Amino acid sequence: MPDMSLQTSGNFRNQISFLSDRLLPKLVLAPTFVSTIVFVYSFILWTAWISFTKSRMLPRYGFEGLVQYIKLFTNDRWWVASRNLFVFGSLFIIICMILGLILAIFLDQKIRIEGTLRTIFLYPMALSFIVTGTVWKWILNPSLGIERLMHDMGFLSFHFDWLVNSDMAIYTVVIAGVWQSTGFVMALFLAGLRGIDDSIIKAARIDGASLPRIYVKIIIPSLRPVFFSTLMILSHIAIKSFDLVVALTGGGPGYSSDVPATFMYAFAFTRGRLGLGAASSMIMFGAVLAIIIPYLYSELRSRGNE
Amino acid sequence: MKFKLLAKIAAILTFISIFSTSAFAGEVEVLHWWTSGGEAKSVAVLKNLLEKEGHLWKDMAVAGGAGENAMTVLKTRAMAGNPPTAAQVKGPAIQEWAREGLLANLDGVAKKEHWDKLVPSVVADIMKYKGHYVAVPVNVHKINWMWCNPSIFVKAGARIPTTWAEFETAARKIKAAGFLPVAFGGQAWQEATVFESIVVGQAGPQFYRKALVETDPKALNSPEMVKALKTFKMIKKYTDKNAPGRDWNMATSMVIKGEAAMQFMGDWAKGEFTAAGKNPGSDYVAVPVPESAGTYLFNVDSFIMFKVKDKSAKTAQDAMARLILGKKFQEVFNVNKGSIPVRTGVPKASFDDIALRSMDEFTAAAATGTLLPSMAHGMAVFPAVQGAIYDVVTKFYNSDMTAQAAAAELVTAVAAAK
Repeated sequence: MPDMSLQTSGNFRNQISFLSDRLLPKLVLAPTFVSTIVFVYSFILWTAWISFTKSRMLPRYGFEGLVQYIKLFTNDRWWVASRNLFVFGSLFIIICMILGLILAIFLDQKIRIEGTLRTIFLYPMALSFIVTGTVWKWILNPSLGIERLMHDMGFLSFHFDWLVNSDMAIYTVVIAGVWQSTGFVMALFLAGLRGIDDSIIKAARIDGASLPRIYVKIIIPSLRPVFFSTLMILSHIAIKSFDLVVALTGGGPGYSSDVPATFMYAFAFTRGRLGLGAASSMIMFGAVLAIIIPYLYSELRSRGNE
Repeated sequence: MKFKLLAKIAAILTFISIFSTSAFAGEVEVLHWWTSGGEAKSVAVLKNLLEKEGHLWKDMAVAGGAGENAMTVLKTRAMAGNPPTAAQVKGPAIQEWAREGLLANLDGVAKKEHWDKLVPSVVADIMKYKGHYVAVPVNVHKINWMWCNPSIFVKAGARIPTTWAEFETAARKIKAAGFLPVAFGGQAWQEATVFESIVVGQAGPQFYRKALVETDPKALNSPEMVKALKTFKMIKKYTDKNAPGRDWNMATSMVIKGEAAMQFMGDWAKGEFTAAGKNPGSDYVAVPVPESAGTYLFNVDSFIMFKVKDKSAKTAQDAMARLILGKKFQEVFNVNKGSIPVRTGVPKASFDDIALRSMDEFTAAAATGTLLPSMAHGMAVFPAVQGAIYDVVTKFYNSDMTAQAAAAELVTAVAAAK
């Protein structure tokens, strides 16, 4: 609290400092706040409402109940997309975490050209998913990329046609996604590793613990918060994934590598089925909430305990 | 004094405003996605014609996504109550826009210009909502073409097929000779293009109308449909495994380069051959897709016209509608774009052989009732239904689903999309 002097100039100064302390932050945040309310939350509500209507090409506002959700859940393509998201999401997150952690641990061994290596591993992050998708489309295309290379080198029995195979196409998305994001996960883990107190490790060494044992029992468990934030970041990348799929497989062959985001786009914008598109985005929204809410809950609770 | 000054200012202002809007000139704002070289040139022709009549052309070209981006812009503008004068919208989607009550009535121009006599009724019906013209057709593309590289046929000792049985014999020989029989682009719209060409040829125009235009469940799940699906799947044996995701022009270039013998694609493929300096007849041959001779699947681009407020804008809009179907624009535009005029009476001198043949077939098919709207290109059914058919066809083609199951799923998918 500012000191409550009775002098008028003091009062005035108090008012100024009150303004700058209390009002200024609010004033500065107001535009962002208002635009978030309008462009994020109100549009979420709008989409929710549209998902309960029979909107087709243009929005209609008459309430029709769950009709779009019923259509959504009887749509084969939606289930393919959901299954793909599950396959892609879980593999993408798990592989990124494992590879990222391994890379981070190796880099943390005080090696000589760490800076260079770190940049090399982090570099894919600088590309957009569109570029990643296009590059990997060429690499994985049997007549252009790896398979062609191996054939040219004389290994004629080599086969790698995941990109054009309906059953395997979604795994190529995993490959490209992992390539793009592993470096970033590595950076997160590296920061976490650097934050661990050296004295704990030294103490363990003195007690005669081997290095792998120290990692498994002490270091990795103490990275728990990093695992958590990595999970948050990767899972929302996975749920939102759209550009990578569009650039890499175009959802094909057929619609075998469709994901919910591409499904939503196709139905809402290409096919004039706004209601169904809205219903599918509400389900995606629900999936995000299912991940975010437990996280926020645990975050807020632990902060409350402090 | 003051009054005089005011009067003067007022006079000047009036003069300026009259001058700037000009007595009868109006402005047309046109939303389209003809942005590539030849297409942009074709649009510029219309712009020049309109400007010669003293109207202003406000171009609103939205590139990308085969018109999807443009449609998103159009929906936003329409919802905001500020649609353009005209927009490139085709097929049953015209009905969707008209149902919203947003489209202008063009009966005045249509009557004066005798559109009903110039344009085949199958096409005119698509342009009308409840009997009134709300859109203007621009051009006609024929879908059911097969593009062949004759030198491969010679080397393989095969004949260019006219039936699906002949196709199999020829394809087997070509494969044995070490060439790829069919250049195929594995994208949903291309698969649907091949599929509908098979349906119309093998099961006939009447069946096609029942199944893919009226989407009658009995026709969708019928022995004819199963047979067509099986033929469609048979083609897959003669394609390469890299087909998924391939763009149509990449497939065309395989035929041009002599790697593949045939491609099923609409008449826009001709542009690729022309650009590569190939001559029709000797370097490449265009024939109807097997068994579909005499039928004509069409894709007609069109402009819908929105209601406009003031009179000068209406004048400009009517002028635009009249010019689009005028002989001059029809000739220049279609020669540039590789399509054919949608109306009769256009001078034929500047069109090539393939276009001339297409024109004859168009007129003949219109007379015999074998002129049919293309499902794959959004001329026959609403986009939602079209999408549902796409999904089933592409799933069938790219998985081990049986033809019977696919035919049954066509019925449920179409019903769910309605």
